[in-house]
Amino acid sequence: MIFYHFFSNPWAVFALKLAAVFIFFLTAPLFLGYVEHKGLAHMQSRLGPMEAGKFHGWAQLIADGVKFIQKEDIVPDAADRRIFMLAPMIVIIPVSLVFLVIPFGPAAVSCHAPAGAGACGFWGENFDVGIFFVLAISAISVIGMLMAGWASANKFSLIGAIRGAAQLIAYELPLVLAASAVAMQAGTLSLVGIGDAQKAYWFVFPQIARFIIFVIASLAELSRPPFDMPIADSEIIFGHMTEYTGIRFGLFLLSEYAGIVSLSAIAVVLYLGAWHGFFVPWIPGPIWTLAKIGALSFLVIWLRATYPRLREDQLQKMAWKYLIPIALVNILLTMIFKVVF
Amino acid sequence: MAMTKEERTAKLRELEQKIASKKGIGALYGLVKGMSVTMRTMLKPAITTQYPHVKPDLPERTRGVIALKEENCTVCMLCSRECPDWCIYIDSHKDVMPPKTPGARARTRNVLDRFAIDYALCMYCGICVDVCPFDALFWSPHFEYSTDDLSTLTHEMDTLAKWMDFVPPPPPLEDGAEDPSQEGAAADSATPAAGTTEAAETQAPPAREERHDEEPPQIDQEAYDAAIAQGKPDREARALAKKAWILKRRKAQS
Repeated sequence: MIFYHFFSNPWAVFALKLAAVFIFFLTAPLFLGYVEHKGLAHMQSRLGPMEAGKFHGWAQLIADGVKFIQKEDIVPDAADRRIFMLAPMIVIIPVSLVFLVIPFGPAAVSCHAPAGAGACGFWGENFDVGIFFVLAISAISVIGMLMAGWASANKFSLIGAIRGAAQLIAYELPLVLAASAVAMQAGTLSLVGIGDAQKAYWFVFPQIARFIIFVIASLAELSRPPFDMPIADSEIIFGHMTEYTGIRFGLFLLSEYAGIVSLSAIAVVLYLGAWHGFFVPWIPGPIWTLAKIGALSFLVIWLRATYPRLREDQLQKMAWKYLIPIALVNILLTMIFKVVF
Repeated sequence: MAMTKEERTAKLRELEQKIASKKGIGALYGLVKGMSVTMRTMLKPAITTQYPHVKPDLPERTRGVIALKEENCTVCMLCSRECPDWCIYIDSHKDVMPPKTPGARARTRNVLDRFAIDYALCMYCGICVDVCPFDALFWSPHFEYSTDDLSTLTHEMDTLAKWMDFVPPPPPLEDGAEDPSQEGAAADSATPAAGTTEAAETQAPPAREERHDEEPPQIDQEAYDAAIAQGKPDREARALAKKAWILKRRKAQS
């Protein structure tokens, strides 16, 4: 009964969801960062961190975080102080908000929410326009990137930020086109609805080309190698993050890893059957979702270890000349199939 | 018809080349192959060794540091002069020893007072080891002498001598090779010359501490002034004065 009363209080539920999303937002990137440290190292025949925390350097990321907090927070003299200090938060908040709408599991069987059955499950919020919300809000990060680049008063930062903006404009298009076809096929914009629609088969099978486009565009959006021109360290030092130190730099890094998790999660919901498993149906849905997010995030790391960085013009060419036309043709085909069958 | 393993791999490589040279597929093949390379590397054990925890497996004659076999050094200074970094410091004095046979001229000998190598300067070229005609310098496989203070990298002869313990014995001679000349010479001098105490002295050089019982030669002021008065240069005057001092001491001893 106590539980009943607790969960019927919308404020308590709200606080609980917020706490869960926040904890996931803070721990998942940490875990992913460790996997990247170790995975990348072993792909280069190294060991990676081995000392922090004694056992295979498990505490390396925690140690890094402590280091970032301890470091001096330097703001350059010529920098636009307020914008400079605000930029990391503008970058990180949209990334954290994405986790609010990712469905990790199916809808609960019984629900006491005022909205009625089907309104609660393993997600923060079930928006009717979930996919639209996710794509719109994740694009806000680039404003933080531009702010950081401009306010730093550093030419490398500015070049990095402009590159980042150009990259985002080029790759947001194939990303949205790829995602919209899924919404078309599922007949809903709600992420929970899209997850439900994949009960029979995962959308990756009819939409393989689109899935590949989505992954490539996500990589570019995250400015991860091989699309890391905005932070290309051999050309422009560290792009828009060049002048940042301490915890503000840490926030940028956190947002990068959180971005990998969030875009992997979106790809899992859109293409890889969300919480639907195969062969072993007794494994609960959330575990399936997390495992798929992990696998996709690992792919991102794997790609980083394998491919060299593209040139800036090659990157633009790839988006405008190949990905967008292919995505458009694909959307046309999806429309035809949707109408005919 | 069974193919041998080499034939099969050659055929596979040929096929691979054919695919890789195609324009569209070739690029895709390259991408996939790159992924497989990183994955295979990840699944293989890493080549990194956890150094402070696990000692590296080094070859027997690793060139870690330069060690000094003190008793072989004759203070010829070749090493310190050849050193490109000038990182070898040698101090010595001349020691006068009693004559081998009674009535003969007294013998002089260089005594090593200080031999130090500044490893902060040393670039491990090994020229000193090569140039030493008396086998006094050796490459030692010891390598763990790092410090956090630059000034402590100048190692004196006691440390250099300790590193000799790490030097492996020389490899055995080839069949039919001549005996090493120095070993033969050592055998000659080992036969004691009849009844003389001096012979015992030549057998084994006294330990460094004992060698200092005689004070090093000083400059005889009278002889020096006389030489200067004769218009001799300073260096020659000092040498003459030293000689005079040694002769005076010998007269006093006998």
